[in-house]
Amino acid sequence: MSAKISETLTFECETGNYHTFCPISCVSWLYQKIEDSFFLVVGTKTCGYFLQNTLGVMIFAEPRYAMAELEEGDISAQLNDYEELKRLCIRIKKDRDPNVIIWIGTCTTEIIKMDLEGMAPKLESEIGIPILVARANGLDHAFTQGEDTVLAAMAHRCLEQRLFVRERNGTIQKFPPPLEKEGEFIEYGDHPSLALFGSLPSNVASQLSPELRRQSVKVSGWLPAQRYTHLPSLGNGVYVCGINPFLSRTATTLVRRERCRLIGAPFPIGPDGTRAWIEKICPVFDIETQGLEEREKQIWESLKDYISLVHGKSVFFMGDNLLEISLARFLIRCGMIVYEIGIPYMDKRYQAAELALLRDTCIKMCVPIPRIVEKPDNYNQLRRIRELQPDLAITGMAHADPLEARGMNTKWSVEFTFAQIHGFANARNVLELVTRPLRCNDNLEDLGRTTLVK
Amino acid sequence: MRLTYWMYAGPAHIGTLRVASSFKNVHAIMHAPLGDDYFNVMRSMLERERDFAPVTISIVDRHVLARGSREKVVENILRKDKEERPDLIILTPTCTSSILQEDLQNFANKASRISDSDVIFANIDHYRVNELQAADRTLEQVVKYYLDRSHGQETLDQSVTDVPSANIIGIFTLGFHNQHDCRELRRLLRDLDIKINQVIPEGGSVKDLINLPRAWFNLVPYREVGLMTAMYLENEFGMPYVSTTPMGAVDMAECIQQIHRNVNTLAPISSNKKVDYEPYIDGQTRFVSRAARFSRSIDCQNLTGKETVVFGDATHAASITKISIREMGIRVSCTGTYCKHDAEWFKEQIQDFCDKILITDDHTEVGDMIARVEPSAIFGTQMERHIGKRLDIPCGVISSPVHIQSFPLGYRPFLGYEGTNQIADPVYNSFALGMEDHLLDIFGGHDTKEIMTRSLSTGIGLIWDPESRRELSKIPHFVRNKVERNIEKFAQQKGIVNITTEVIYAAREVLGI
Repeated sequence: MSAKISETLTFECETGNYHTFCPISCVSWLYQKIEDSFFLVVGTKTCGYFLQNTLGVMIFAEPRYAMAELEEGDISAQLNDYEELKRLCIRIKKDRDPNVIIWIGTCTTEIIKMDLEGMAPKLESEIGIPILVARANGLDHAFTQGEDTVLAAMAHRCLEQRLFVRERNGTIQKFPPPLEKEGEFIEYGDHPSLALFGSLPSNVASQLSPELRRQSVKVSGWLPAQRYTHLPSLGNGVYVCGINPFLSRTATTLVRRERCRLIGAPFPIGPDGTRAWIEKICPVFDIETQGLEEREKQIWESLKDYISLVHGKSVFFMGDNLLEISLARFLIRCGMIVYEIGIPYMDKRYQAAELALLRDTCIKMCVPIPRIVEKPDNYNQLRRIRELQPDLAITGMAHADPLEARGMNTKWSVEFTFAQIHGFANARNVLELVTRPLRCNDNLEDLGRTTLVK
Repeated sequence: MRLTYWMYAGPAHIGTLRVASSFKNVHAIMHAPLGDDYFNVMRSMLERERDFAPVTISIVDRHVLARGSREKVVENILRKDKEERPDLIILTPTCTSSILQEDLQNFANKASRISDSDVIFANIDHYRVNELQAADRTLEQVVKYYLDRSHGQETLDQSVTDVPSANIIGIFTLGFHNQHDCRELRRLLRDLDIKINQVIPEGGSVKDLINLPRAWFNLVPYREVGLMTAMYLENEFGMPYVSTTPMGAVDMAECIQQIHRNVNTLAPISSNKKVDYEPYIDGQTRFVSRAARFSRSIDCQNLTGKETVVFGDATHAASITKISIREMGIRVSCTGTYCKHDAEWFKEQIQDFCDKILITDDHTEVGDMIARVEPSAIFGTQMERHIGKRLDIPCGVISSPVHIQSFPLGYRPFLGYEGTNQIADPVYNSFALGMEDHLLDIFGGHDTKEIMTRSLSTGIGLIWDPESRRELSKIPHFVRNKVERNIEKFAQQKGIVNITTEVIYAAREVLGI
């Protein structure tokens, strides 16, 4: 399939001089998602200051994450890494008693070659708490890919973790996996188990499961679940499907290490994406979809007011969170013209179905296929934005305000990462975000002085 | 390794970037991995900057890790040189690059030979200095670079200006109310008929730095940034400097008197008249600043003896402590700073005013101290504001680190005579207002909020019966915690586990609460 796509889609690669968040930022949403976890970021002041400044108010709500701040003695190996980490982890265990500690490796631990993977199993058995290692560093990854590294590490534990938790000398309270309330009344098809991967707020997760339930597809588990102790059982013959475009490493791990079967599908972002996502899953289990077309139509109908605002408008993705392809595909379907899709990293295999849908959507809407720019160069992009004068630039915060001051409508891209955008019901949220600058600046039109720079 | 959740001062490179991006037409290139350019986000969000932050990364990735940067850093410098034509490019190391031990100095030298821009390598050590120290050093480094070069070429004009003039050193981006303070200082100097020679680094041009020595003296409003530069200028060019922070009416007068002495030393030489600023100080203190009048108002009487805790950077914490005590009669139970590197100065400044001094950069220590003292109000940073929220104690924000709400659009200087007014307002508003205080006392409070444990430390296992809870709820909420704590202490001393109304009465009799 990928070969076929490449004929019609063109990929460019620039210098990689672009602004994005450090992947350790995944801590901010993952510690809230996995309620019994504790994230320990092993890094320097730079990492800590980043988290402190980007997570803003969350810092003060006693977060279940902390920095293991490396000092000069750690860098020059005057201190014993193992003993130091042990000291901190024992304190964390005492203060918070988490069910899992996740070490986030950073650039510094990479450079000084701190053997986190080697130390974790040893310390794990010594203190009796599972320790996972995720190397979410800026040397290799961008922003949301941090979640990918954590979930990939977690995927390894899906098989063994149940056994392990039992072993933990009875201190673990029993949290039985949540029962599906209407479970008994639902007739599911007789199909192999299906687990979904990708971190979503629990209410969004519980919106997607029923969409599949309507088609008699049962979701047997999520990676990650609300608690570490509820990781899904994976293994040979289990089908898995991703819900976010940035989870290629997790997908690879599930396929190669856990012998799962991956369902390649577009991602359930926008009504078109959600429908296509379900339509890729059902045939795998020999299930014919029912009522999907009407459901999609219904949603589009409800979006009319927003679509009239965006129709015919142009948009430019500078790229920083890997959601760009899916969002662009949805916006094109809404009638927008996409000039450029910047994206930090493009896994053409994992995103194959999404790319195919992008191409089909462009053909359907009779618009040229936008250029996809991997590892973009922000400076060049700003020049292109100046030339193209798009109606909307979706960009990081570093560029948003300066662009606004130059009379450009911008949307802060990070919001798409934190907003609820998956499934039929949340398509409205995406458009709410996209149209906000347009609506806001429409209000201000009469004031004049749209550019505020010398 | 240190387990941390929060830090008061950022990493060193942030200081360098703040200085670099404050100058006009100076570009900073960080040698850093992807994602380390969140300084741009901070500047764009907090300062609501309309221009792109002049900071880019020369990215450290796997290739760099494997083979070294080679030409990459130099190429990036030359590219920026062509694109933006800056006067100066500052190559900035980060904690990551400093472990790589690449010879960035060499890259900077190499690039400076080819590029039109000047190129310097910021000489900061990530594991030794913090954001503020690094800013101080970088500013000195830039000034020194231009003055030494000009000195070497013997093109330096060292003659002082005809009329009294001053440089203001240390105003820079993301500084706490720096923009407003700068405007206020300009006004002060204008009132005193002193010409402003230069303000650096904010809005300054590196090309003009060679004119710095032409000023009669330097004014360094903040302890944290600018002092090194002022000292360098004193050693090298014999320029005197005034480093008393003009915050609060008393220090304001002190600062102006120092300016006075400096101007009068040079005045006869450049055939100017000697000046007398005393009438100015008097007039401003009496009539322009309303803080002096406020101190003597009956409103302020209600603040007498109220307890407070102050915490912040050295400059602001010291000044606010002195203002609270000297000018408002507030009792500062504990004052502290996270500027550990400047602890000596800080202690010396306030040791006669305040019995307890806390020098720490661990916010839990500050939180525990506040929980112990239970002051009526806190003056601190954003972190103390949150501690105050949890303990239900009002907090005025007086120092960095701060959030966007401490970058107000309106005019809010902390320095100068307008500053005295701007400080008096939040201080006064932070305490429960006088009359309200009395009424609540008389009627036993008008709130029906259920009491909860609001302490940061964990409970001590005493049992309050419902009757005694009700009794406790009659105590005005802003002193209730304290009364509760004292009763519990009393009960513990007496070995009482169940707290009844009798115990409360007994405690109140003994303790007089």
